[in-house]
Amino acid sequence: MKYLDEYRDAKGVRALVNAIASRVTQPWTLMEICGGQTHAILKYGLDRLLPPQISLIHGPGCPVCVTAQIKIDQALHIAAQPGVIFCSFGDMLRVPGSRYDLLGVKAQGADVRMVYSPLDALTLARDNPDRQVVFFAVGFETTAPSTAMALLQARRFGVENFSVLVAHVRVPPAMEVLLSAPDNRVQGFLAAGHVCAVMGYWEYEPLSERFQLPIIVTGFEPLDILQGILACVEQLEQGRACVENHYGRAVTRAGNVAAQSLMNQVFMPVDLEWRGLGCIAGSGQGLRPEFEDLNADTRFDLSGVAEAEANPCMSGDVLTGRIKPDQCPAFAQSCTPEHPLGATMVSSEGACAAYYRYRR
Amino acid sequence: MCLAVPGQILSIEHADDILLRAGRVSFSGIVKEINLAYVPESQVGDYVIVHAGFALSILDEDEALKTLEAIAALDAADE
Repeated sequence: MKYLDEYRDAKGVRALVNAIASRVTQPWTLMEICGGQTHAILKYGLDRLLPPQISLIHGPGCPVCVTAQIKIDQALHIAAQPGVIFCSFGDMLRVPGSRYDLLGVKAQGADVRMVYSPLDALTLARDNPDRQVVFFAVGFETTAPSTAMALLQARRFGVENFSVLVAHVRVPPAMEVLLSAPDNRVQGFLAAGHVCAVMGYWEYEPLSERFQLPIIVTGFEPLDILQGILACVEQLEQGRACVENHYGRAVTRAGNVAAQSLMNQVFMPVDLEWRGLGCIAGSGQGLRPEFEDLNADTRFDLSGVAEAEANPCMSGDVLTGRIKPDQCPAFAQSCTPEHPLGATMVSSEGACAAYYRYRR
Repeated sequence: MCLAVPGQILSIEHADDILLRAGRVSFSGIVKEINLAYVPESQVGDYVIVHAGFALSILDEDEALKTLEAIAALDAADE
Protein backbone atom coordinates (compact mmCIF):
# COMPACT_ATOMS: atom_id res chain seq x y z
CA MET A 1 0.00 0.00 0.00
CA LYS A 2 1.42 3.38 -0.98
CA TYR A 3 2.72 5.44 1.97
CA LEU A 4 2.82 2.34 4.18
CA ASP A 5 5.11 -0.22 2.58
CA GLU A 6 7.99 2.23 2.00
CA TYR A 7 8.15 2.77 5.75
CA ARG A 8 8.73 -0.92 6.43
CA ASP A 9 11.92 -1.17 4.37
CA ALA A 10 14.54 -3.47 5.94
CA LYS A 11 17.50 -1.48 4.60
CA GLY A 12 16.15 1.68 6.21
CA VAL A 13 15.60 -0.17 9.47
CA ARG A 14 19.24 -1.28 9.50
CA ALA A 15 20.48 2.24 8.77
CA LEU A 16 18.40 3.69 11.61
CA VAL A 17 19.42 0.98 14.08
CA ASN A 18 23.09 1.59 13.24
CA ALA A 19 22.64 5.33 13.62
CA ILE A 20 21.03 4.87 17.04
CA ALA A 21 23.83 2.52 18.15
CA SER A 22 26.50 4.95 17.00
CA ARG A 23 25.04 7.83 19.01
CA VAL A 24 24.14 6.19 22.30
CA THR A 25 26.72 6.39 25.11
CA GLN A 26 24.62 5.71 28.22
CA PRO A 27 21.29 4.15 29.27
CA TRP A 28 18.08 5.93 28.30
CA THR A 29 14.46 5.06 29.04
CA LEU A 30 11.87 6.13 26.48
CA MET A 31 8.12 5.68 26.54
CA GLU A 32 5.95 5.28 23.48
CA ILE A 33 2.54 6.66 24.39
CA CYS A 34 0.39 4.90 21.88
CA GLY A 35 -0.65 1.26 22.05
CA GLY A 36 -0.56 1.10 18.26
CA GLN A 37 3.14 1.92 18.45
CA THR A 38 3.63 -0.69 21.21
CA HIS A 39 2.17 -3.33 18.93
CA ALA A 40 4.34 -2.27 15.99
CA ILE A 41 7.45 -2.37 18.20
CA LEU A 42 6.73 -5.93 19.35
CA LYS A 43 5.40 -7.15 16.01
CA TYR A 44 8.52 -6.07 14.13
CA GLY A 45 10.83 -6.86 17.07
CA LEU A 46 12.19 -3.30 17.01
CA ASP A 47 13.06 -3.35 20.72
CA ARG A 48 15.36 -6.33 20.12
CA LEU A 49 17.23 -4.49 17.37
CA LEU A 50 18.08 -1.56 19.65
CA PRO A 51 21.32 -1.28 21.60
CA PRO A 52 20.94 -2.60 25.18
CA GLN A 53 21.22 0.91 26.62
CA ILE A 54 17.80 1.84 25.23
CA SER A 55 14.78 0.67 27.23
CA LEU A 56 11.32 1.18 25.84
CA ILE A 57 8.48 1.27 28.31
CA HIS A 58 4.94 1.08 27.10
CA GLY A 59 2.58 3.92 27.81
CA PRO A 60 -1.11 4.22 28.63
CA GLY A 61 -2.11 4.86 25.02
CA CYS A 62 -4.79 2.23 24.76
CA PRO A 63 -8.11 3.94 25.38
CA VAL A 64 -9.93 0.67 25.92
CA CYS A 65 -7.38 -0.27 28.58
CA VAL A 66 -7.60 2.94 30.58
CA THR A 67 -11.41 3.04 30.63
CA ALA A 68 -12.55 2.69 34.24
CA GLN A 69 -14.30 -0.52 35.22
CA ILE A 70 -17.46 1.34 36.24
CA LYS A 71 -17.82 2.81 32.74
CA ILE A 72 -17.67 -0.69 31.26
CA ASP A 73 -20.25 -1.90 33.78
CA GLN A 74 -22.47 1.04 32.77
CA ALA A 75 -22.09 -0.01 29.12
CA LEU A 76 -23.07 -3.58 29.98
CA HIS A 77 -26.07 -2.33 31.96
CA ILE A 78 -27.31 -0.18 29.05
CA ALA A 79 -26.67 -2.91 26.48
CA ALA A 80 -28.84 -5.31 28.47
CA GLN A 81 -31.90 -2.98 28.45
CA PRO A 82 -34.79 -4.11 26.24
CA GLY A 83 -35.14 -2.17 22.98
CA VAL A 84 -31.52 -0.99 22.94
CA ILE A 85 -29.11 -1.46 20.06
CA PHE A 86 -25.69 -1.04 21.67
CA CYS A 87 -22.86 -0.12 19.29
CA SER A 88 -19.18 -0.30 20.00
CA PHE A 89 -15.82 -0.59 18.29
CA GLY A 90 -14.73 -4.24 18.10
CA ASP A 91 -11.94 -3.68 20.66
CA MET A 92 -14.46 -3.14 23.42
CA LEU A 93 -16.59 -6.26 22.98
CA ARG A 94 -14.45 -8.63 25.03
CA VAL A 95 -13.27 -6.22 27.71
CA PRO A 96 -14.35 -7.78 31.00
CA GLY A 97 -16.75 -5.91 33.23
CA SER A 98 -17.21 -6.99 36.83
CA ARG A 99 -19.22 -10.04 35.82
CA TYR A 100 -19.22 -10.40 32.04
CA ASP A 101 -18.36 -8.63 28.78
CA LEU A 102 -20.41 -7.18 25.92
CA LEU A 103 -20.30 -10.45 24.00
CA GLY A 104 -21.63 -12.17 27.13
CA VAL A 105 -24.54 -9.75 27.23
CA LYS A 106 -25.12 -10.37 23.54
CA ALA A 107 -25.17 -14.13 24.17
CA GLN A 108 -27.98 -13.50 26.66
CA GLY A 109 -30.05 -11.85 23.93
CA ALA A 110 -28.94 -8.22 23.92
CA ASP A 111 -28.51 -6.47 20.57
CA VAL A 112 -24.81 -5.56 20.60
CA ARG A 113 -23.22 -4.53 17.32
CA MET A 114 -19.71 -3.78 16.24
CA VAL A 115 -19.37 -0.63 14.14
CA TYR A 116 -16.51 0.86 12.14
CA SER A 117 -17.53 4.47 12.71
CA PRO A 118 -19.93 6.32 15.03
CA LEU A 119 -21.71 7.43 11.85
CA ASP A 120 -22.67 3.76 11.31
CA ALA A 121 -24.37 3.85 14.72
CA LEU A 122 -26.21 7.02 13.72
CA THR A 123 -27.39 5.32 10.52
CA LEU A 124 -28.69 2.41 12.62
CA ALA A 125 -30.64 4.92 14.72
CA ARG A 126 -32.20 6.51 11.65
CA ASP A 127 -33.09 3.06 10.26
CA ASN A 128 -34.59 1.88 13.57
CA PRO A 129 -36.65 4.78 14.92
CA ASP A 130 -38.45 2.56 17.45
CA ARG A 131 -35.19 1.46 19.10
CA GLN A 132 -32.74 3.31 21.35
CA VAL A 133 -29.32 3.25 19.67
CA VAL A 134 -26.35 3.89 21.97
CA PHE A 135 -22.76 4.36 20.82
CA PHE A 136 -19.98 3.60 23.32
CA ALA A 137 -17.60 6.46 22.56
CA VAL A 138 -14.14 5.31 23.57
CA GLY A 139 -10.90 6.71 22.25
CA PHE A 140 -8.33 9.48 22.34
CA GLU A 141 -8.36 12.76 20.42
CA THR A 142 -7.99 10.71 17.24
CA THR A 143 -11.48 9.28 17.66
CA ALA A 144 -13.30 12.09 19.48
CA PRO A 145 -13.87 14.12 16.25
CA SER A 146 -15.85 11.23 14.78
CA THR A 147 -18.09 11.09 17.86
CA ALA A 148 -18.51 14.87 17.72
CA MET A 149 -19.60 14.59 14.09
CA ALA A 150 -22.15 11.87 14.87
CA LEU A 151 -23.68 14.11 17.57
CA LEU A 152 -23.73 17.17 15.31
CA GLN A 153 -25.39 15.17 12.53
CA ALA A 154 -27.88 13.68 15.02
CA ARG A 155 -28.77 17.22 16.02
CA ARG A 156 -29.12 18.43 12.44
CA PHE A 157 -31.36 15.53 11.41
CA GLY A 158 -33.30 15.49 14.69
CA VAL A 159 -32.39 11.88 15.51
CA GLU A 160 -33.78 11.55 19.01
CA ASN A 161 -33.27 7.82 19.57
CA PHE A 162 -29.48 8.17 19.41
CA SER A 163 -27.22 8.72 22.39
CA VAL A 164 -23.57 8.23 23.36
CA LEU A 165 -21.87 6.83 26.44
CA VAL A 166 -18.76 8.99 26.46
CA ALA A 167 -15.39 7.69 27.67
CA HIS A 168 -13.11 9.85 25.52
CA VAL A 169 -9.76 10.72 27.05
CA ARG A 170 -7.08 13.32 26.35
CA VAL A 171 -3.40 12.45 26.18
CA PRO A 172 -1.44 15.50 27.47
CA PRO A 173 -2.90 15.47 31.02
CA ALA A 174 -1.92 11.79 31.36
CA MET A 175 1.64 12.54 30.19
CA GLU A 176 1.87 15.24 32.83
CA VAL A 177 0.71 12.82 35.55
CA LEU A 178 3.28 10.20 34.47
CA LEU A 179 6.08 12.77 34.50
CA SER A 180 5.04 14.14 37.90
CA ALA A 181 5.10 10.71 39.60
CA PRO A 182 7.96 10.43 42.13
CA ASP A 183 9.05 7.11 40.60
CA ASN A 184 8.93 8.37 37.02
CA ARG A 185 11.59 6.76 34.82
CA VAL A 186 10.60 8.27 31.47
CA GLN A 187 13.38 10.40 29.96
CA GLY A 188 11.83 10.91 26.55
CA PHE A 189 8.45 10.45 24.91
CA LEU A 190 7.41 9.22 21.50
CA ALA A 191 4.14 11.12 21.07
CA ALA A 192 1.17 9.45 19.40
CA GLY A 193 1.16 10.49 15.75
CA HIS A 194 -2.53 10.30 15.00
CA VAL A 195 -3.56 12.11 18.19
CA CYS A 196 -1.21 14.84 16.99
CA ALA A 197 -2.74 14.76 13.49
CA VAL A 198 -5.88 16.09 15.17
CA MET A 199 -4.51 18.17 18.03
CA GLY A 200 -1.14 19.28 16.67
CA TYR A 201 1.81 19.31 19.06
CA TRP A 202 1.87 22.83 20.49
CA GLU A 203 0.35 21.48 23.72
CA TYR A 204 3.49 19.41 24.29
CA GLU A 205 5.89 22.33 24.15
CA PRO A 206 5.23 23.55 27.74
CA LEU A 207 5.49 19.94 28.98
CA SER A 208 8.84 19.43 27.28
CA GLU A 209 10.10 22.72 28.66
CA ARG A 210 8.86 22.18 32.22
CA PHE A 211 10.11 18.59 32.58
CA GLN A 212 13.17 19.12 30.37
CA LEU A 213 12.60 16.06 28.23
CA PRO A 214 12.40 15.43 24.49
CA ILE A 215 8.98 14.71 23.00
CA ILE A 216 9.10 13.33 19.46
CA VAL A 217 5.95 13.13 17.35
CA THR A 218 6.19 9.68 15.79
CA GLY A 219 4.29 7.57 13.27
CA PHE A 220 3.42 3.90 13.35
CA GLU A 221 5.59 2.08 10.84
CA PRO A 222 9.00 0.61 11.71
CA LEU A 223 10.96 3.42 10.03
CA ASP A 224 8.81 6.06 11.71
CA ILE A 225 9.29 4.56 15.16
CA LEU A 226 13.06 4.07 14.77
CA GLN A 227 13.42 7.59 13.42
CA GLY A 228 11.53 8.84 16.48
CA ILE A 229 13.87 6.89 18.77
CA LEU A 230 16.93 8.23 16.92
CA ALA A 231 15.72 11.82 17.29
CA CYS A 232 15.00 11.26 20.97
CA VAL A 233 18.42 9.69 21.64
CA GLU A 234 20.18 12.51 19.78
CA GLN A 235 18.46 15.10 21.96
CA LEU A 236 19.21 13.18 25.16
CA GLU A 237 22.87 12.67 24.27
CA GLN A 238 23.25 16.35 23.43
CA GLY A 239 21.44 17.46 26.59
CA ARG A 240 18.63 19.10 24.63
CA ALA A 241 14.89 18.91 25.33
CA CYS A 242 12.34 20.07 22.80
CA VAL A 243 9.40 18.88 20.71
CA GLU A 244 10.27 17.57 17.25
CA ASN A 245 7.86 16.41 14.58
CA HIS A 246 9.02 13.29 12.73
CA TYR A 247 5.61 12.46 11.30
CA GLY A 248 5.43 15.42 8.98
CA ARG A 249 3.40 13.62 6.36
CA ALA A 250 0.41 13.55 8.73
CA VAL A 251 1.04 16.13 11.45
CA THR A 252 1.39 19.90 11.65
CA ARG A 253 2.06 22.02 14.74
CA ALA A 254 -1.48 23.41 14.76
CA GLY A 255 -3.16 20.09 13.98
CA ASN A 256 -6.53 19.78 12.31
CA VAL A 257 -8.23 23.08 13.11
CA ALA A 258 -11.56 22.08 11.54
CA ALA A 259 -11.75 18.96 13.71
CA GLN A 260 -10.73 20.86 16.85
CA SER A 261 -13.39 23.46 16.20
CA LEU A 262 -16.24 20.95 15.80
CA MET A 263 -14.99 18.95 18.79
CA ASN A 264 -15.08 22.12 20.89
CA GLN A 265 -18.71 22.65 19.94
CA VAL A 266 -19.59 19.29 21.46
CA PHE A 267 -17.05 18.50 24.20
CA MET A 268 -15.42 20.25 27.13
CA PRO A 269 -12.60 19.00 29.37
CA VAL A 270 -13.78 17.19 32.51
CA ASP A 271 -12.00 15.33 35.32
CA LEU A 272 -11.89 11.62 34.63
CA GLU A 273 -10.91 8.38 36.35
CA TRP A 274 -8.28 6.36 34.44
CA ARG A 275 -7.53 2.76 35.15
CA GLY A 276 -4.06 2.68 36.70
CA LEU A 277 -3.63 6.44 36.88
CA GLY A 278 -6.54 7.54 39.07
CA CYS A 279 -8.55 10.70 38.53
CA ILE A 280 -6.82 13.18 36.22
CA ALA A 281 -8.02 16.78 36.08
CA GLY A 282 -9.25 17.86 32.67
CA SER A 283 -8.36 14.53 31.05
CA GLY A 284 -11.84 13.52 29.89
CA GLN A 285 -14.15 14.86 27.21
CA GLY A 286 -17.55 15.66 28.68
CA LEU A 287 -20.56 16.67 26.62
CA ARG A 288 -21.42 20.35 26.69
CA PRO A 289 -24.81 21.18 28.25
CA GLU A 290 -26.31 21.74 24.76
CA PHE A 291 -25.74 18.03 24.01
CA GLU A 292 -26.76 16.67 27.41
CA ASP A 293 -30.00 15.25 25.94
CA LEU A 294 -27.87 12.93 23.76
CA ASN A 295 -25.91 11.65 26.78
CA ALA A 296 -26.61 7.97 27.54
CA ASP A 297 -25.41 8.66 31.10
CA THR A 298 -28.60 10.61 31.78
CA ARG A 299 -30.95 8.92 29.31
CA PHE A 300 -30.63 5.59 31.15
CA ASP A 301 -30.90 4.98 34.88
CA LEU A 302 -27.39 3.97 35.90
CA SER A 303 -27.90 4.35 39.66
CA GLY A 304 -27.79 0.55 40.13
CA VAL A 305 -24.29 0.24 38.67
CA ALA A 306 -21.89 0.06 41.63
CA GLU A 307 -18.13 0.47 41.89
CA ALA A 308 -16.44 -2.80 40.99
CA GLU A 309 -14.59 -5.00 43.44
CA ALA A 310 -10.84 -5.50 43.27
CA ASN A 311 -9.47 -7.69 40.49
CA PRO A 312 -6.02 -9.38 40.52
CA CYS A 313 -5.25 -7.69 37.18
CA MET A 314 -2.14 -5.48 37.43
CA SER A 315 -2.94 -3.49 34.30
CA GLY A 316 -2.55 -0.26 36.26
CA ASP A 317 1.17 -0.97 36.72
CA VAL A 318 1.48 -2.05 33.09
CA LEU A 319 -0.23 1.11 31.85
CA THR A 320 2.14 3.34 33.80
CA GLY A 321 5.23 1.38 32.71
CA ARG A 322 6.04 0.17 36.25
CA ILE A 323 6.04 -3.47 35.13
CA LYS A 324 6.25 -5.23 31.80
CA PRO A 325 3.26 -7.49 31.05
CA ASP A 326 5.19 -10.73 31.58
CA GLN A 327 6.13 -9.62 35.11
CA CYS A 328 2.48 -9.97 36.18
CA PRO A 329 1.91 -13.33 37.95
CA ALA A 330 -1.38 -13.82 36.09
CA PHE A 331 0.19 -13.25 32.63
CA ALA A 332 -0.42 -16.27 30.35
CA GLN A 333 -1.54 -18.20 33.46
CA SER A 334 -4.98 -17.18 34.71
CA CYS A 335 -5.05 -14.29 32.19
CA THR A 336 -5.05 -15.04 28.45
CA PRO A 337 -6.76 -13.45 25.44
CA GLU A 338 -9.44 -16.17 25.70
CA HIS A 339 -10.00 -15.49 29.43
CA PRO A 340 -8.73 -11.97 30.03
CA LEU A 341 -8.66 -10.47 33.51
CA GLY A 342 -8.15 -6.96 32.14
CA ALA A 343 -8.47 -4.86 29.03
CA THR A 344 -4.72 -4.79 28.36
CA MET A 345 -4.99 -8.50 27.46
CA VAL A 346 -7.98 -7.94 25.15
CA SER A 347 -7.45 -4.85 23.12
CA SER A 348 -5.54 -4.99 19.87
CA GLU A 349 -3.49 -2.16 21.38
CA GLY A 350 -3.06 -3.60 24.88
CA ALA A 351 0.53 -4.24 25.95
CA CYS A 352 -0.37 -7.62 27.53
CA ALA A 353 -2.01 -8.80 24.31
CA ALA A 354 1.10 -7.75 22.36
CA TYR A 355 3.41 -9.67 24.72
CA TYR A 356 1.10 -12.69 24.62
CA ARG A 357 1.10 -12.70 20.85
CA TYR A 358 4.73 -11.88 20.09
CA ARG A 359 6.77 -12.72 23.22
CA ARG A 360 5.95 -16.12 24.58
CA MET B 1 -7.61 2.18 18.29
CA CYS B 2 -5.70 5.12 16.85
CA LEU B 3 -4.89 3.11 13.75
CA ALA B 4 -5.23 5.24 10.63
CA VAL B 5 -4.52 4.29 7.05
CA PRO B 6 -3.63 6.36 3.97
CA GLY B 7 -6.04 6.23 1.06
CA GLN B 8 -6.59 8.21 -2.15
CA ILE B 9 -9.72 10.28 -2.79
CA LEU B 10 -11.59 9.16 -5.93
CA SER B 11 -14.62 11.46 -5.73
CA ILE B 12 -16.20 14.06 -3.45
CA GLU B 13 -19.83 14.83 -2.67
CA HIS B 14 -21.54 17.47 -0.50
CA ALA B 15 -18.31 19.39 -1.02
CA ASP B 16 -19.46 22.58 0.73
CA ASP B 17 -21.39 21.06 3.64
CA ILE B 18 -19.39 21.35 6.87
CA LEU B 19 -20.91 18.15 8.29
CA LEU B 20 -21.64 15.98 5.26
CA ARG B 21 -18.61 16.50 3.02
CA ALA B 22 -17.67 12.95 2.04
CA GLY B 23 -16.06 10.96 -0.70
CA ARG B 24 -15.04 7.62 -2.05
CA VAL B 25 -11.53 6.75 -0.91
CA SER B 26 -9.43 3.90 -2.28
CA PHE B 27 -7.16 1.88 -0.02
CA SER B 28 -5.10 0.00 -2.61
CA GLY B 29 -8.29 -0.81 -4.50
CA ILE B 30 -10.65 -1.30 -1.57
CA VAL B 31 -13.06 1.63 -1.81
CA LYS B 32 -14.94 3.05 1.16
CA GLU B 33 -17.20 6.02 1.76
CA ILE B 34 -15.24 8.37 4.03
CA ASN B 35 -16.29 11.59 5.76
CA LEU B 36 -14.12 14.49 4.50
CA ALA B 37 -15.56 17.29 6.66
CA TYR B 38 -12.31 17.63 8.60
CA VAL B 39 -10.24 18.09 5.44
CA PRO B 40 -12.31 20.82 3.74
CA GLU B 41 -9.50 21.71 1.33
CA SER B 42 -8.96 18.12 0.13
CA GLN B 43 -9.30 17.37 -3.57
CA VAL B 44 -9.74 14.34 -5.78
CA GLY B 45 -6.36 12.61 -6.09
CA ASP B 46 -5.13 13.66 -2.62
CA TYR B 47 -4.04 11.01 -0.15
CA VAL B 48 -5.74 11.33 3.22
CA ILE B 49 -5.09 9.63 6.56
CA VAL B 50 -8.30 7.86 7.57
CA HIS B 51 -9.47 6.74 11.02
CA ALA B 52 -12.92 5.34 11.91
CA GLY B 53 -14.44 6.56 8.65
CA PHE B 54 -12.98 10.07 8.88
CA ALA B 55 -10.10 11.67 7.02
CA LEU B 56 -7.99 13.34 9.74
CA SER B 57 -5.36 14.96 7.56
CA ILE B 58 -4.25 15.34 3.98
CA LEU B 59 -1.05 13.38 3.54
CA ASP B 60 1.80 15.77 2.77
CA GLU B 61 3.58 14.02 -0.07
CA ASP B 62 6.68 16.26 0.13
CA GLU B 63 7.09 15.48 3.82
CA ALA B 64 6.56 11.78 3.12
CA LEU B 65 9.45 11.89 0.68
CA LYS B 66 11.66 13.94 3.03
CA THR B 67 11.43 11.27 5.72
CA LEU B 68 12.57 8.59 3.29
CA GLU B 69 15.37 10.79 1.96
CA ALA B 70 16.66 11.46 5.46
CA ILE B 71 16.81 7.72 6.10
CA ALA B 72 18.48 7.06 2.74
CA ALA B 73 21.10 9.67 3.65
CA LEU B 74 21.83 7.80 6.91
CA ASP B 75 22.20 4.62 4.96
CA ALA B 76 24.64 6.25 2.54
CA ALA B 77 26.67 7.67 5.43
CA ASP B 78 26.82 4.16 6.85
CA GLU B 79 28.38 2.58 3.80
